[in-house]
Amino acid sequence: CNRNDKQYVGFATLPNQVHRKSVKKGFDFTLMVAGESGLGKSTLVNSLFLTDLYKDRKLLNAEERINQTVEITKHTVDIEEKGVKLKLTIVDTPGFGDAVNNNECWKPITDYIDQQFEQYFRDESGLNRKNILDNRVHCCLYFIPPFGHGLRPVDVEFMKALHEKVNIVPLISKADCLTPNEVKKLKDRVRDEIEHFGIKVYQFPECDSDEEEEFKQMDKELKECTPFAVIGSNTVVEARGQRVRGRLYPWGIVEVENQSHCDFVKLRNMLIRSHMHDLKDVTCDVHYENYRAHCIQEMTSKLAQDNRTDSPLPILPLPTPDVETERLIKMKDEEVQNNHH
Amino acid sequence: MKNLEGYVGFANLPNQVYRKSVKRGFEFTLMVVGESGLGKSTLINSLFLTDLYSKDYPGPSQRIKKTVQVEQSKVLIKEGGVQLTLTIVDTPGFGDAVDNSNCWQPVINYIDSKFEDFLNAESRVNRRQMPDNRVHCCLYFIAPSGHGLKPLDIEFMKRLHDKVNVIPLIAKADTLTPEECQLFKKQIMKEIQEHKIKIYEFPDTEDDEDSKLIRKIKEKMPLAVVGSNVVIEVNGRKVRGRQYPWGVAEVENGEHCDFTVLRNMLIRTHMQDLKDVTNNVHYENYRSKKLAAVTCNGVDATKNKGQLTKSPLAQMEEERREHVMKMKKMETEMEQVFEMKVKEKKQKLKDSEAELERRHEQMKKNLEAQYKELEEKRHQFEEEKANWETQQRILEQQKLDASKTMEKNKKKGKIF
Repeated sequence: CNRNDKQYVGFATLPNQVHRKSVKKGFDFTLMVAGESGLGKSTLVNSLFLTDLYKDRKLLNAEERINQTVEITKHTVDIEEKGVKLKLTIVDTPGFGDAVNNNECWKPITDYIDQQFEQYFRDESGLNRKNILDNRVHCCLYFIPPFGHGLRPVDVEFMKALHEKVNIVPLISKADCLTPNEVKKLKDRVRDEIEHFGIKVYQFPECDSDEEEEFKQMDKELKECTPFAVIGSNTVVEARGQRVRGRLYPWGIVEVENQSHCDFVKLRNMLIRSHMHDLKDVTCDVHYENYRAHCIQEMTSKLAQDNRTDSPLPILPLPTPDVETERLIKMKDEEVQNNHH
Repeated sequence: MKNLEGYVGFANLPNQVYRKSVKRGFEFTLMVVGESGLGKSTLINSLFLTDLYSKDYPGPSQRIKKTVQVEQSKVLIKEGGVQLTLTIVDTPGFGDAVDNSNCWQPVINYIDSKFEDFLNAESRVNRRQMPDNRVHCCLYFIAPSGHGLKPLDIEFMKRLHDKVNVIPLIAKADTLTPEECQLFKKQIMKEIQEHKIKIYEFPDTEDDEDSKLIRKIKEKMPLAVVGSNVVIEVNGRKVRGRQYPWGVAEVENGEHCDFTVLRNMLIRTHMQDLKDVTNNVHYENYRSKKLAAVTCNGVDATKNKGQLTKSPLAQMEEERREHVMKMKKMETEMEQVFEMKVKEKKQKLKDSEAELERRHEQMKKNLEAQYKELEEKRHQFEEEKANWETQQRILEQQKLDASKTMEKNKKKGKIF
């Protein structure tokens, strides 16, 4: 039965109770950045989170990069703002797309994402679940170079390999080398190609019907602006009497946070201020569940095939020490036998 | 912890969580346990301001049961834009029989079955819709005898404190004067501590104000409550209460009873925490026990309804653990064999040593015996010798004597 109460019971405070608990517990977020070297990924991350995550970074020259394979590096930083704690992990992919032959250069990345899913799956199925660490990748910013005419084959291949594993947010990087018209053309082109190739990038959830009109309008503009064309900067310059993050050119000053210069503010608002939690939820409820379902179905079908219900096959690789101990036992067995005689 | 030079904006995260939770709505399952007539239904109605139990649908007291039943009623209530699906679980018949042994069993079974449902839902492939029907809180009604807990109260709470958040309440508190109530509360808390019953504990908080509040609540435990379905006019105000010839006992008057404390604690401040403790402690305990106890076959054939009762990974984990245990067992067995062999060898050595020792002793004894024999013989020989010598001497003497006599005789001329 459905009743409306005339007097106040008080459970309307439930969301507040949840709010308080979440502040107390703190948050964590894992952001992956992918794209060729030199597209401004590190600078953008620094600009987004106002922290210098890449101090003392050594940049490799072209020769050194010939033999470099795609690596996965992680930087974790604990930041706090207005009493809210955030453990931010940035997963970098140096070497991606840099080689001459970039075939399957996304494989280390998909493997990394799968590993995190697997780890979480194991932890979740274990006996003691008190302190599970959530290292799953919640969002992947993919940097598209502004120099071409749309998506390149490697861009398409990468996004198709990852769109069902992680929330992909494509960005047009170093947008300060494009005029507003060129930006618009490129965005339209990229949007068409994304649709054409069936790439499922992160979709913003629909606005709540009870939101204010202003918010709804903003939301609409946000959606029409994708992919965001961004500029980042590690330096502070003086522009219009203020100190702002920007890039100083002879012909003018590019301000990172100026909405008429680039979409940085939109990206930041979307990524951090309004949709950070949704990115986590989609990762948990969609990508991770897909992975898990796939895993379970594989396991059960193999079990059914082999018809050996008493010894399950280790689909996921068990650590090798088991082989070692087997060998040791065999050795000891022989020893004992020999001593007997 | 790094401090930022500007405003990034993730301080908005809790708000995002807030909005999401409002959108999703909330669920809460409350169980009420206690003998008939203690006012459970009335209290529920008073707490949630809804007539969950009315003349058309009377509370459990009105329904006479021969055995303990567990029944649930669901109601969807809305307030301030927040939706709450409230499930009240009743236990009519509890404690009403002559012999109340095991009357808690149906309750335990119910709670466990809800845990099991959740465990199964969690292990399924499709986990989109996972309703949470686990019991988040159990209000246990203590009769206002004024003396202390009854054996049934202790038995029940001891069996359930590991499965659900137990909040003991003194029912129909308007039969106790403030002093009697104070004493009664003290007695109950003493007995609870003596029997090591773990009732729901309020979480610690860093907020000073909150901790003051919490301390106040703790001092009042167990809460003494009065419920009422009737609204009475007192001094121009309309209040829920019980009209006596001598006055009106007001439900929401803090000086009359602890109803408001209960309501604030249960609903306004700690409802989410009750759910969290159920999820993180009671459910996890159940789950660990369940998973650890399943046989290596993994799928329990008697309970299998066409779905895995345990996730395959847990099964694998089980196998791996068994494997490790098997290895350990083999290791200990081998060590045992080794030890045994060492012992045997040692024993053998000891035996041969003893044997040698024995032989040595034997030989010594033999030697001694021989020596003695020889001594004897020598002794004998000496004796014989001595005898013989003595005899010889006697013979000599005799000879001498004889010759002497002959001489004598010769001299006497007797010889011709």
